[in-house]
Amino acid sequence: MFADLTNYGGSLFDEFRRLQDEMEGFYGRWPMPSGIRSVARGTYPPINIGATPEQVDVYLFASGLDPKTLDISLQQNLLTVSGERQAPVREEVNYYRKERFDGPFRRLVTLPDDVDPDRVEANYRDGVLEIHIKRREATRPRQIEVK
Amino acid sequence: MAETNTERKDVKQTGSPAAQRGEPEVVLRPPVDIYEDADGIMLMADMPGVSRERLTIEVDKDMLVLEGDARIAMSEGMEALHADVHSTRYRRSFTLSGELETGQIDASLRDGVLSIRIPKRAEVRPRRIEVRT
Repeated sequence: MFADLTNYGGSLFDEFRRLQDEMEGFYGRWPMPSGIRSVARGTYPPINIGATPEQVDVYLFASGLDPKTLDISLQQNLLTVSGERQAPVREEVNYYRKERFDGPFRRLVTLPDDVDPDRVEANYRDGVLEIHIKRREATRPRQIEVK
Repeated sequence: MAETNTERKDVKQTGSPAAQRGEPEVVLRPPVDIYEDADGIMLMADMPGVSRERLTIEVDKDMLVLEGDARIAMSEGMEALHADVHSTRYRRSFTLSGELETGQIDASLRDGVLSIRIPKRAEVRPRRIEVRT
């Protein structure tokens, strides 16, 4: 199980993230330890995650996507969303600003341990991708008898 | 087209619950692409979560103001586990120049992407000059 949770390393993306973390540490921008899977400001798309006792809700603020290009997968409690956002540069015009993200993206977030990978729903509306994952019924506290 | 008031956070007095409690409200600055071709200027802004009814585009003299309010459906009693986005209000403004036809701005919104077309006045559009033999 631990191998599953940790073997996502080694891709170029993770290497890049490691470099970024090191740079941040070097310049001391943030004195607090950061989450192992936290990402730099401005990473596309931004994600918010909320939870209730019944379900976990993930929101990706990703406008202008074709939902067909999205790949959403949940491995145990590790959610991966990848896709491609097209905002190509037009060649025959003069640009003043080019701030919008263009290209493939991939984000990976850790959810609470009790999410149920078999009960996931996703919808895309007004440029926000919502993923709702139900949580397993809370296991009842067990009494352990001392013999 | 120049941008005005570029700070990331704006303090507003009215509107959201945070503002009503007297807390300064964080306003998101949507990323934009702006380009110009022979006929005018095109602006595209990412405003995820904003629907047509919650978007306002205002032109006041030479000022273009884009404002939007994202409506995100949230479950009751939700507790935040992680948040990259800390506000649901978008705002960004630009100054326009005189050769733009501000009366004929055309805007559309699709999947959270706002596209605005600002044409140039006819008299300033480049004309191809034929060379007679």
